[in-house]
This record gives sequence, structure tokens and C-alpha cells, in this order.
Amino acid sequence: MTDPTITLEIFRYHPEQDETPSFRRYEIPYREDWVVLDAINYIKDHIDGTLAYRWSCRMGVCGSCGMMINGTPRLSCAAFLREYYPNPVRVEPLANFPVERDLVIALDDFMHKLREVNPWLIRAQERPLSDGEYRQTPDEVAAYKQYSMCINCMLCYAACPVYALEPRFLGPAAIALAQRYNLDSRDQGRSQRQAVLSSEDGIWDCTLVGECTVACPEHVDPAGAIQRAKLASTINWYKRVLMPWGGR
Amino acid sequence: MTGPYRRPVPSTWWLHNRAYFLFMLRELTSVFIAAYVILLLILLYRLNAGRDAYESYLRFLGAPGMVIFHVIALAAALFHTVTWFNLTPKVLVVRVGARRVPAPIIAGVNYAAWVVLSALVAWIVLRG
Repeated sequence: MTDPTITLEIFRYHPEQDETPSFRRYEIPYREDWVVLDAINYIKDHIDGTLAYRWSCRMGVCGSCGMMINGTPRLSCAAFLREYYPNPVRVEPLANFPVERDLVIALDDFMHKLREVNPWLIRAQERPLSDGEYRQTPDEVAAYKQYSMCINCMLCYAACPVYALEPRFLGPAAIALAQRYNLDSRDQGRSQRQAVLSSEDGIWDCTLVGECTVACPEHVDPAGAIQRAKLASTINWYKRVLMPWGGR
Repeated sequence: MTGPYRRPVPSTWWLHNRAYFLFMLRELTSVFIAAYVILLLILLYRLNAGRDAYESYLRFLGAPGMVIFHVIALAAALFHTVTWFNLTPKVLVVRVGARRVPAPIIAGVNYAAWVVLSALVAWIVLRG
């Protein structure tokens, strides 16, 4: 009896020689306990050393190995071959990003957007070190904890059709991260983030498709974060316009 | 050397995935609702214009094509309402102490308000 095999169809693009990308098929041994990343590592080690892709921890922590697997954005370290076997597995770089090489996408746009929302604690006036740490109750931590679990894997951007059609859109992870700091009781930087959040390319671009939340491996629920930011932004606006003493 | 490759987004992107398709369907419902609102505004205008104008418009609305349109518009409104109510727990995060109020309760309050208001409208319309 021959050992079982599985076919991977992998997106290949080498900018030095290829005008357009193509798919290459690799037949490799099938192991029930292998994830797609194991299969790609096998190909790299035994069949084709020129294959380029990103990975690091292989345990769903680093967020480096996101890929389109049969058209769905997933961490390739968390997608088991047995979910697809005996059918072939089609592996592509994360959708909606420019492709540098094979399965490697360009991160520049995402990195720029993350920085734009000032994702750190902002204080109107820093307390001197001698006053000790900023304390929080468990309830205050619970208010933002979910949004702090993001691993920057960018699956949510690959799942978002708004980002596909409107690449200027700030996008799910960056807005969820802004919301994470806005909801933090130690933070006072809401107004500094508001200009970016409520800009033309911010929260109001989102049409609530909701697929970012489906794609998120850390259950951050970026779609929920964006809708909550819309609600908070609207309430703020009404307060400012309708109440003379309202403001912030 | 060609540099980073940008994959084109096909105009049929919303047909590639069930969730995208349902999203587009939800967006499309707004067209039917907008058309219905226009018909309703014309109805008010005709009502103001006099009895003959109003009755001829009612005959127009009774035509089979118009009835079919209204059935589709009703289905569109129901689909939009249900999908939207199901999304409200995402927007409204209500905490009681440390616990977040469960999603079915938040959505349920919307459904309950919907039933009560619909019953009220039905009572006003049907009592005479």
C-alpha cells in the first residue's frame, strides 16, 4: 500500500522573472497531524527551496503565517491538512495586499495605519514616577481586554471587501487597536485619535460586512470595535452640538 | 524587475463567498425601501390633490405589478430588519457590573420593541 499524499497548489511570483503570478502544484506526503504550514515547510526543505513565505512561532501567537487557504484568510499554523484531505489545498498570499514574492505580502500600508492611530497610552499630564503606577480594577481591564488580544496577523484586512475596494480605509485591526486605548481607563488620548478615526478613511468607511470578526483567530471582534467607535463618535458629536456645556 | 504585484479585485467579488453575498443582499434592500418611500410620498401628494387623484393612484397601486413590487419590498424590509437587529449586540455593549449583557437579550429587546410598535400601528390602522 502506498502512503497517502495530498496536493498543494501554491501561488508563485518572483518579481525578477515573472510578469504575472502562477500556481505550482506539489504532491507531498499526507500526515493527519500536519497543518498547512508543516506542508509548506516540507516543500521548502525537500522539493523547492525557492519558495518564500513568512512564519515564526507555528503556534498561533506571532501572527506571521497568515495566508489565503482555499480562499479563506487563516493562520497556516492553525489550518490542518485533514480539514481539506483528500482534496487539494490552494495556498495564496493574504488577499488585498501587494505581493512581494510568492506568499510574502508587503506590510508597509498596515504598519503605517497602525502608527496613525497612536496606539499607546496618552496622558494629558504624565504623573511623576514617584506617584506609582496607574491602577485599574478588573472591570476596567475587562472593558478593553478583548481588543488588546490582536496579534497583527492581518487576516481581518484580507477578509475585508471595503479594504479591497478602498485601500485607503484605516481597516479593522487599526481601529480595534484605537478602540482598545480609547476604552482604557488610564488613557486620555481619545481626542487625538478622533481626527484619524472619524476621517474620510476611518470608521465611516466600514459598511459592517462583519467578515473581519469571522476571520480573527484571537476573537478580537474588530467589526464590533468599529461599530462601537461609530456609536461613541456619534454620541460625542451630539453632545458637542446640542449641549453648550457638553464638549468632551 | 516588476516590483510588488497587485492582484485585481474582480467585479464579481461578492459572489465568491456566502457572507459577502448576504451582505450585498442586505445593501440591495435599501433600493426597494427607497422606491417604496417614493411611492408613499406620491400617495400623500395625491391625497392632498383631491379624491379623484387619490383614487386613481390607488387603482395604480392595485395593479398586479405593483402588488408584486410591494411583496418584494416587504421581504427586503424584513430581511434588512432581521439582519440589522441581529447585529445590534455588536454595537451596544451593556455591562451589568463586570458581566456583559448577553447578545440574545440585546437583540431580543429590539424584537420585542418591533412587535409592540407593529401591534400599535396595526391597532391604529385596523380599529376603524
